[in-house]
Amino acid sequence: MKFLRMRPGYGEQLIAEGDVEVGEDEQMLVEEFRRQLEQGMWAAIPVENASGRREAEMVRAFEDIPRAADRVIFFPRAAGGAQ
Amino acid sequence: MTVALCATAIVVIALLWEVMLPYVDRRLQRRRARKAARAAGDVHAYDPGRERRAEQRARELLKSCVNEEEWEMYRDLGMIRVWGGESLDKELRGVPYAYLIYPHKPIVAYLPQTGRLLNEYCVEFPDESKPYGSARLPDSDDVLAKWMALKGDERRLISSANMHLPGRQVDPRQVQRDIWRLGRWERERLERHRRASSGAA
Repeated sequence: MKFLRMRPGYGEQLIAEGDVEVGEDEQMLVEEFRRQLEQGMWAAIPVENASGRREAEMVRAFEDIPRAADRVIFFPRAAGGAQ
Repeated sequence: MTVALCATAIVVIALLWEVMLPYVDRRLQRRRARKAARAAGDVHAYDPGRERRAEQRARELLKSCVNEEEWEMYRDLGMIRVWGGESLDKELRGVPYAYLIYPHKPIVAYLPQTGRLLNEYCVEFPDESKPYGSARLPDSDDVLAKWMALKGDERRLISSANMHLPGRQVDPRQVQRDIWRLGRWERERLERHRRASSGAA
């Protein structure tokens, strides 16, 4: 599973990668996931539904990430724009 | 004659000075800020290709996440239409509505059947860590962030946004033109697919 983070001036950056079936890797991913959320990121997973359409799911906890997901994308939390 | 010319020249210079003063001020301020940042060791070497490379990476990521049709829409028209899945407005009573996602512009909600514009949702994704001095994501990342947030949790995104009537930031005539362009683009795309499939058969 890869954790990618969108960054200004850079595009997406690989911030963590590991196998969720391996205990150490999973722990590292859990910690990184929490760290990103604490930094104010939102997390989304690109998914494909039964009809083959691409969708996205927002996740708020590591446990919500499907084990088979190959990447989680972090991006800054939405804020209201120009008043 | 010479005196008149001199007087005119002085007046012109004085007027130009008045006009140029804010510009010169801004340049000086920027220069001072750069100097301060350099002194604090908080500045990266200027790289003119960085933004372009960032956008290229962002486009690849966007392409890998959205549907083929949506990617082509963005590539050809510079925007993506996403169908709304919630009942955000009681007045709509189940009428299908959609959003137009533009990079770094408000999301525009509209009724595809009539082309009526509903609202503008001003939303940003500022990265306050400002890794290269800016909080602004590359264009395609901004579009992807909106797309994922709308698909994943429409209500949460919409409630985070500032809602305005159409025309606040995006020119409604421009949006109407975009809706028209989108309709034409869809018809042409459908026609191409029909021809390709009949040719293959």
